[in-house]
Amino acid sequence: MKILTGNDLASGDVVWWTGSEWSRHVDDAVDAGDHAEAILAAEEAARRVNASYAISATRDGASVRPAHIKERIRALGPTVRLDLTLKPADPAAGNWVI
Amino acid sequence: MGDFNFGQLRFRDDEPVADPAVTVDAFAAQTNATAVRIEPGDDARALLPHLARIALVEVEFNSFGDGRGYSSARILREHGYTGELRAVGEVLLDQLSHLRRCGFDSFAPQAPIDRAAAERAFATWPQVYQKTVDGRTPIGALRHQRSGQPSSGNA
Amino acid sequence: MYKYDNYDQAMVDARVAEFRDQTARRMAGDLTEDQFKPLRLKNGLYLQLHAYMLRVAVPYGTLSGAQMRMLGRIADKYDRGYGHFTTRQNIQYNWIKLAEAPDILADLATVEMHAIQTSGNCIRNISSDHYAGATADELVDPRPYAELLRQWSSFHPEFDYLPRKFKIAVIASETDRAAMKLHDIGIRIVMNESGELGAAFYVGGGMGRTPMIAPLVRGFVPLDQLIHYSEACLRVYNRYGRRDNKYKARIKILVHELGLAEYTRQVEEEFAHMSALGLEPPTAELARIAEMFADPPFEAGLADEVDRSDPDFAVWLDQNTHPHKQPCYAIATISLKPLGGIPGDASAEQIALMADLAEQYSFDECRVTHAQNIVLPHIRKADLYAVWQALDAAGLATANLDLVSDIIACPGLDYCSLANARSIPVAQKIAQRFSDLGRQRELGELKLKISGCINACGHHHAGHIGVLGVDRKGTENYQLLLGGSEGADTSLGKITGPGFDEDGIVDAIEKVTDVYLARRDTGERFLDTYRRIGVEPFKEAIYG
Repeated sequence: MKILTGNDLASGDVVWWTGSEWSRHVDDAVDAGDHAEAILAAEEAARRVNASYAISATRDGASVRPAHIKERIRALGPTVRLDLTLKPADPAAGNWVI
Repeated sequence: MGDFNFGQLRFRDDEPVADPAVTVDAFAAQTNATAVRIEPGDDARALLPHLARIALVEVEFNSFGDGRGYSSARILREHGYTGELRAVGEVLLDQLSHLRRCGFDSFAPQAPIDRAAAERAFATWPQVYQKTVDGRTPIGALRHQRSGQPSSGNA
Repeated sequence: MYKYDNYDQAMVDARVAEFRDQTARRMAGDLTEDQFKPLRLKNGLYLQLHAYMLRVAVPYGTLSGAQMRMLGRIADKYDRGYGHFTTRQNIQYNWIKLAEAPDILADLATVEMHAIQTSGNCIRNISSDHYAGATADELVDPRPYAELLRQWSSFHPEFDYLPRKFKIAVIASETDRAAMKLHDIGIRIVMNESGELGAAFYVGGGMGRTPMIAPLVRGFVPLDQLIHYSEACLRVYNRYGRRDNKYKARIKILVHELGLAEYTRQVEEEFAHMSALGLEPPTAELARIAEMFADPPFEAGLADEVDRSDPDFAVWLDQNTHPHKQPCYAIATISLKPLGGIPGDASAEQIALMADLAEQYSFDECRVTHAQNIVLPHIRKADLYAVWQALDAAGLATANLDLVSDIIACPGLDYCSLANARSIPVAQKIAQRFSDLGRQRELGELKLKISGCINACGHHHAGHIGVLGVDRKGTENYQLLLGGSEGADTSLGKITGPGFDEDGIVDAIEKVTDVYLARRDTGERFLDTYRRIGVEPFKEAIYG
């Protein structure tokens, strides 16, 4: 599927399109399909997102897995500082990006 | 180009040149032309033999990120060009002060620039570090201007 | 070190005000991201893999205690409690909010610091020798010239939109500790036969996709012509550097494509023109700056002996200190490469400690090295033990300067959106494999450098052993290079062959060191043995 990502303009947080807004959690991402370009244009123009683009991903039950390792690291946080990621309590969180 | 009133972004008292600007390539042959347009890839020094008859040089900025026009302008001023030097094209607020320092004395931006914002932009730098063609005394010189005692910039 | 006068302070304050206005206009939608991006880059603000990243300038790597302390405060107040020291002597913060960036710059301005031109297509931070002013092997302290050029290059109106970034290094010794020939302009202060000081200009070096060693463009530029010559070099580049292809836009490509003779001819022509314009600051200005780099008030009559009875201290003393030009003093390196740590990272607490130590023991001065360590340049030998004890308590006393675990590593794919592979976990695994300090000392000087992509921010081309991370069909893969050197004997590393996965590259490096140990002559460093026996024995060992 095609999911949308970008950064929050003011905070810089990595965000994912949920269908109605932008979430910090990749599992909230939805398949934007053919509407990707239109959504990105509208959201950028309204400054609800910055530097946004579409990427490939697969859905795995409740979770969403970006196709490329770079985007998975983006979704999680730095694998060498798990305490600074979105899953600080999970010591195996880094394995998910590989 | 039509009737674009760029009066508010023009630092000259004389009348703006009405003639259309010709290309650098054509200029040498067109002996009655007084206005020329420099594209980013042109060599400004090609105009040096003709400076006396040039009243207007337009320097085209196709993209504000292409900085070649800054060198073109400064070179012309360094060689004594005193006619109008106009920055044309993708000229944005945040480039105005450096463009001025490189010798531009008029600006014809594609997208209009608010005059009050432009005036603030031109006034961005209280002093300058580099000597260039704008006549401003650089900080390095100001520091040593008085009789041997370095000045630190106290008012 | 240099201290701002009111002019310098007013310029930095004006820059803060300019950026505050630009940020407000971006947030209000008056500037698009395309219009804002070059402006924020010229204030060191990247949009990176996880957040905005701010790169703060540390001009020629020199910091006062108060400045180092502010860097720690910024880590706490605006970031996540740590900073990353870089291969250009700067510091980076990885979790910055755009909305707070102007306030950070305002805070920095209160201690004469900034993030001016640490990114963007402009002249960047000017780097220098981290032992400047302390080592006996320099002709003069190179930093006054770096400061003169820093002011000249700041907000330079003609060179604000260059084809690409522009990096300058200034040194003044034959021992090149700043990788000078791998810069767009490398300057070495030299002396001619008449005993006059001048500047040798090397132009067109760099790493990245097409690494090149800068050729000598002019062997002697008089010191009162530094600005004219620099302007000439930059103007030729601004006018003729390629703008059609981002990957061919550095000055090294221009020098290479024109050829050295033609590039030099154009520079000399422009220089002749510039000289007539009288752009140099008065000579009194260089004297004014140089005075601020005079020796600190070294004490006489101190103890020269150091008590070595603490064996851990003795190991650190031998590895991490360097002779000082002044008797009874030493230069100490604080390693930011502890086992299990992240190369170049320091916590806010560690930064605060280093600030205290600089103030208390090093005439209020410290340095950032391009190898991502910190130097205390002027320590009384009598104080070394106390300094070591304080460092040891804070995890800053790893005795590995220039050993295999003193790894230069870029942030890599863990932090950087340009990266193809992670670099930090590889660095950690290598350090773990060689964790025994005795084994490291047996290997001796071994400069290992890791880049997570071809942009080479980890300087892998200049590593005795270099590692380049690549993307091999979505999987991280690592290429091994051997024989690079960043010193006066600058050389570029050669790729050995096919790449490896993360565990494979660690094994390969171990095999390479085994070959060195088996084949070295007495007194040979790894680099020397490699240069003598060539790459084949190493390839055989790695690939069988």
